[in-house]
Parts: sequence; C-alpha cells; structure tokens
Amino acid sequence: MNTAVLDAPPRELMARAAKTKIMDAVKIERAITRLAEEILERNQGAVELALVGIRTRGVPIAKRIARKIEEIDRRKVPVGVLDITLYRDDFTTIGSQPVLRKTEIAFPVTDKRIVLVDDVLYTGRTIRAALDGIIDFGRPKEIQLAVLIDRGHRELPIRADYIGKSVQTSLDEFVQVQLADEDGEADAVYVGEIHKPAKPAKSRKH
Amino acid sequence: MALSVRHLIGIAELSDEDIQLILDTAESFKEVSERPIKKVPPLRGRTVINFFFEPSTRTRSSFEIAERRLSADSLSLTAQASSVVKGETLLDTARNLEAMAPDVIVIRHSAAGAPAFLARHTRSRIVNAGDGAHEHPTQALLDALTIRDHKQRFKGLKVAILGDLLHSRVMRSNLLLLTRLGAEVHVAGPGSLVPPGLDLMGATVARRYEDALDGADVVMMLRVQLERQKSSFFPTTREYFHFFGLTAERLKLAAPDAIVMHPGPMNRGVEIASSLADGPTSVILDQVTNGVAVRMAVLYLLLGGDNSDDAAA
Repeated sequence: MNTAVLDAPPRELMARAAKTKIMDAVKIERAITRLAEEILERNQGAVELALVGIRTRGVPIAKRIARKIEEIDRRKVPVGVLDITLYRDDFTTIGSQPVLRKTEIAFPVTDKRIVLVDDVLYTGRTIRAALDGIIDFGRPKEIQLAVLIDRGHRELPIRADYIGKSVQTSLDEFVQVQLADEDGEADAVYVGEIHKPAKPAKSRKH
Repeated sequence: MALSVRHLIGIAELSDEDIQLILDTAESFKEVSERPIKKVPPLRGRTVINFFFEPSTRTRSSFEIAERRLSADSLSLTAQASSVVKGETLLDTARNLEAMAPDVIVIRHSAAGAPAFLARHTRSRIVNAGDGAHEHPTQALLDALTIRDHKQRFKGLKVAILGDLLHSRVMRSNLLLLTRLGAEVHVAGPGSLVPPGLDLMGATVARRYEDALDGADVVMMLRVQLERQKSSFFPTTREYFHFFGLTAERLKLAAPDAIVMHPGPMNRGVEIASSLADGPTSVILDQVTNGVAVRMAVLYLLLGGDNSDDAAA
C-alpha cells in the first residue's frame, strides 16, 4: 500500500465500501464545541488568534469553530483558507494531481497564533505541507493544530493540540468525514474498509 | 486533474476541459503573486529553458517570473546571444539543449510550426510562446482570463479584434479560443492587412472598423509593426491612426461598459490613443498580471502528475 498518499481513497470507492458510523451530527457538534472551548482556554485573552482551515473539509470545521468562539467569547476570530496542493510531497508521483483551488488568507500571518484546522490527522504529511504553506505567508508567533479525528499512523513527527475524537484504525481502513456544508448530506464520520464492498441490503423476513 | 495534451502548441489542440482547467488553475495562482514571499514549491528542481528567437521583453519576463515563482530553474536564451548567429539549425540547437535535460522548452520563433517541430524531435515538453503568425496560446488564455474577470461570461459577448490581422498570431489564438468559449468575434483592419479565410475560422469580418466596434463588449487592439509601413502596407503612422486608430470617438460606438485590451507593446498614437491606453476602460495592465498566473498554471499542469511517459519517449 502506498503510504505516501495524502488523501483518503476517492469518495466513490468509500461510498461503495462497507462502513460503520462512529459519529453523528450531535457528536460532531459537541466535539466542535469542545475544540472551540479548549482553543479559547489555551489561548486565554489572546487577541492574535486566527484559524486556518485546510482545504477541503478543514474549512467548514474552522468556520464552525470560529462561530462557536464568537458565541462563547463574543469575539470574531479571522478564518483563512489554505490549499496545500502546491506543497504536497507526492506531487510528481500521483497519477493526476487534485485541482488547485484558491488559498485565501486575508490577514497578516506574522506574530499571530495560528490554529490549523483539518478533518482527519493520519500520516501527518498534509500538516507538514500546511506548515510550509503558512510559513510562506509570514512568521506566526505560534502554530497549533486542531483536528476532528486523529486516526494514528503518523509518518512524521506531527501531533495535534486539540482532538475531537481519537480513533484506532488499521492501515486497511479509511476514515470518511461528511459535512453538510461541504457534502450536502448530514454530518457524519465513518470508518470502513477500502477493499470490502458493502453487502446488499438483506431482506428482513427469515 | 491533468491536461489532455503533452505540449502547449496552440489553442487548436486543447480540449474544452483543458481550457477550463487552465483558466481555473490560473485563477488560483493569482494570489501567489500577491504574497510577500512569491514562491511555491511544485516545480522545484525542474529546468525550464526559454528560447526566444524573436525579441520579446514582456512574454519572456512573464515566463521567467512564472517559472521562478514555481521554484523551477529558469534559463533564457535569445537568438542573438546564441549559436544561431553562427548558423546552427533549430534542430541542432534543440538537441544540444536537450542534452542538458530541460523539462520544458518555451519557444518563440518567427517560423510557424517551430514548436511542433521541436515537440516531434525532442523529449522535453514544449510551450509555444509565439510562432510566426500561427498561434500565441498563452496570450489568448490570459486575454480570456482578463475578459472573464471583467465580464464574468463569454457566451454572447461581442469581442472586436482590430488592426493588423494578417501578421497577428494573437488574433488567431484569440479567435480560436473565444469562439470556442461562445463569444462572437468581429474583426476588422486596414484592407491590406486582412487575410482571407477568417470567416471560416468563425470570425465575422467587418468591412469597416465602425461595424466591428458597434456594441462591442471587448475591444482588443493589435500592435502595428512600424516596419510594415516600409513594406507599403500603409502609407504613414499618422494616416494609420487617423483611419484605424482607437480614439475616444470610435470607442463611443462600443458598449458603454466596454473594456479595452492590447497584447503590448503599444504604439501610442498609432493603433491606440494615449488617453485610452491609460484610461479607466483599459485593462492592459491586468492582462500583464494575468499573464504570469496563466503561465504558472500552464507549466504546473504540464509538469505535474504522471511523468512516466517522459522516460519512455
């Protein structure tokens, strides 16, 4: 298995595979609330806080965390969007690279406490790319990391500061995060096996 | 996402998806040129050789900047400073360059077909920076991006391309691209500078400038080469300006929110009035900015992804 791959398997494959739902919309909402509270607690009174969501699903999560922070603390935290496609380490080895979308960081990065936000932390290569990307924009005072799911199997010395849920997974499994604002379906987190197709629905009558 | 072509020889070879992909990717590259550190790593360690047989400052610097912002190693050769002066053939020059293993050769040449020739005879990817009067694909792509920025659409847009049509590769590439994107292209120029067959390429050939300008949403002026006056294509530059120059009066015929474009370099007071070149309707400098983004997109898309066929070629 190519462990240099940054992305989960294509969503069409994941859609067909057998999977278990490990988080529903309510659990995700609670996790995001807790992430927002922890970020506020650790960055007590920090005016220089900024969130940067990693495309694609880190972005809606970052925006939701920002909204929660505004609810709790009545403070607006700027949210940036980072596309790490240009910083990937598998650029020349993948068959066709993902479409490059815009990075939008409208605030100066220097001297800010940046919290990078992503949906799943796995090998750590996406975060390595994101660190390179952010540092190209300036010199932050601090970079922290918030993830919805930490599924283990790091290939680089990277760790998250804030974790929504830790999930033990094997290398044969995938973790799929579905968010209403990005995917149009109810929020959910699934764990499944790539090579195991879903069983057809059995008749309930025996 | 990858391009369906191995080289960028012209608009003619690109699929509709290729065109969208290049424009969308260029859009995403714009912000790199606005950062304090204008560098991203995807082409790190790749070598690009710019071979310009015809003089050019604008296109060449645009390519150089694009290459360096992508972290590529960029080298520019001009014909005067190379062995071409000593009589070395194009093929020998290319083969010699290839022995240094460039990933991409960006070529501008006075002979139409030179980039296609290199594509057949070398292993490098070839990008056409203008070949004779044939095509100048990156110019058309940056023009399209600029039009998209200001007009948000192509379908049904009326574009007037005016001036020396005969010698213009910019016109030909734009004609191919804009008609493919659904715009209506109207062309006009001095009688001696209008080649036959443009209607077969999809253009409406207007007999008079005024007809092409009427209601145009985009007015694209082509550069007149002053040497043409010596070849008797027109009597004097003053007369050219009088009959064919874009003046404020003539621009009134266009749509009220029309934009004025020019591939550069401009001859102020010949094909375009100075006031219009600098006026609020001019998007000429946007074209230059978009040029870097488009060239970054083209190089990124050509070199990114699966390169296994390079070794086999």
